[in-house]
Amino acid sequence: MNEFWNWDLAFEALPRLLTSFLTVTLLVTVVSTAIAAVLGLVLAILRMSLPKPLAMILKFIIDFIRMTPIVVQLIFAYFAFTNITPLTIGIIIFGIHYATYMAEVYRAGIESVPKGQWEATTALSMSRTRTWVAVIIPQAVRATVPALGNYAISMFKETPFLLMIGVVEMVQAGLIFGGNNFKYIEAITLAGVIFLLASYPTSLLIGRLEKRLAFKH
Amino acid sequence: MPSNTDSPNGGNVPAIRFDDVEKRFGDTVVLDGLNFTVNKGDRVTLIGPSGSGKTTILRLVMTLEELSGGYIYIDGEPLSHDNVDGKRVELNEKHKNEIRKRIGMVFQQFNLFPNMTVMENIIEAPVHVLGMSKDDAKERARGLLQQVGLADKEDAHPLELSGGQQQRVAIARALAMDPEILLLDEVTSALDPEIVGEVLGILKHVADTTDITMLIVTHEMQFARDVSNRILMFDGGRIVEEGTPEEFFTHPKEQRTRDFLQAVVADPITGALPWQPGPATPTRDGDTL
Ligand SMILES: Nc1ncnc2c1ncn2[C@@H]1O[C@H](COP(=O)(O)OP(=O)(O)OP(=O)(O)O)[C@@H](O)[C@H]1O
Ligand SMILES: [Mg+2]
Repeated sequence: MNEFWNWDLAFEALPRLLTSFLTVTLLVTVVSTAIAAVLGLVLAILRMSLPKPLAMILKFIIDFIRMTPIVVQLIFAYFAFTNITPLTIGIIIFGIHYATYMAEVYRAGIESVPKGQWEATTALSMSRTRTWVAVIIPQAVRATVPALGNYAISMFKETPFLLMIGVVEMVQAGLIFGGNNFKYIEAITLAGVIFLLASYPTSLLIGRLEKRLAFKH
Repeated sequence: MPSNTDSPNGGNVPAIRFDDVEKRFGDTVVLDGLNFTVNKGDRVTLIGPSGSGKTTILRLVMTLEELSGGYIYIDGEPLSHDNVDGKRVELNEKHKNEIRKRIGMVFQQFNLFPNMTVMENIIEAPVHVLGMSKDDAKERARGLLQQVGLADKEDAHPLELSGGQQQRVAIARALAMDPEILLLDEVTSALDPEIVGEVLGILKHVADTTDITMLIVTHEMQFARDVSNRILMFDGGRIVEEGTPEEFFTHPKEQRTRDFLQAVVADPITGALPWQPGPATPTRDGDTL
């Protein structure tokens, strides 16, 4: 039993890993990315349209979340909100944490919309809301799709932090499997390979998307 | 003394009236107590050296710049500030937007929305600002596209069009709002020389077939001559000279006007003007600024 790699164990581990990958790792990544994408945009717009003092407070909160480790936030929320399931806490914390990164990306995207676009909306007497919805957001968001994709990949790779709050995501499933069989190499290696197989093609896709979406102003 | 001396319902209320308008950017004073009026249906061209404040004047009318002092009246109604018992008060956004609806602007850089098709660009404001039905707005847009010679481009995106075509769409977009006042700021400066003519031709046609009040900034003196009924020469934020194109181009009174015309339109080799200036009228100012 002291061989380095055991194929039987590897094949036995694979379905368990894939199950936790689909039901937890992927679920958290997809739902939290959606939360981050929407909440990030809301934060960015609020920061640019709230009165100065409120915008300052919002900026402070955003910076606070951005500058503290997500592990700390996960553990804090785990003990602070005992009535919420750890999986839900994970999804919300990942969503909020990455929303603060996305808010910065959106802000840059909004600022990259030429001043002339805003001026055209004024010249056409367009309402504030319509200006954001029909002109600014569509142009700002286009430029941010690649960054959103890259953050989704980072988040995906950070989901193992969930094991700190007892969520059985793929790495935790691998550790449990390893513990039961007194051998960890197979399950952990496979988990790494699954991460790679999922994120590498995604990053290639994002690269291509980036070229496609660029507006030349 | 009430600043608004025009009767609001009178027949000859000016379309635009500048009343002691001041504009500063930080410490830079661009306009310092500017007064002038543009009557309804007038086509007024502003000319003058770079930095004399022409663009600033148009942007103030479009509320793209904040007034530093004074008042602007549109059809006798205050645009952004009002004089209430001698106190200068800023008007709310709702009021500004009501007045803004009567004013259209075409920009040097077109500023079409790249995320929308040509048709969507044109009907956006008629539908969402004026509350026109989509079908009516489209029908109107098609007519305007025909007028600017782009009937086949309604589904194109702006960035697929040439500069000249984009500017024609921008003109159609401004006209779709049925503005009383149209502001044109060097609308051909970003275009290749060979397509300047077609854009100016369209604007000439608009001038000939509508009674829209136009405030124009251009370096195209022939266009200014053809379209305007009044020319204002600016320098240092002040009106140096004004007159009909006839008076202005053939008998410029002020030395500064003559120098300016000489600089912008004279043949670079022979120094000859494209028209015959009359003998310079002797003037009060022998100034050599
Ligand atoms: N946003 C701004 N900030 C600071 N100064 C400005 C700003 N806009 C204009 N100015 C200054 O105001 C003055 C008038 O500018 P304006 O653009 O109105 O001139 P113009 O007559 O249109 O010139 P041009 O023929 O070059 O277009 C210039 O001195 C310019 O530098
Ligand atoms: Mg200018």
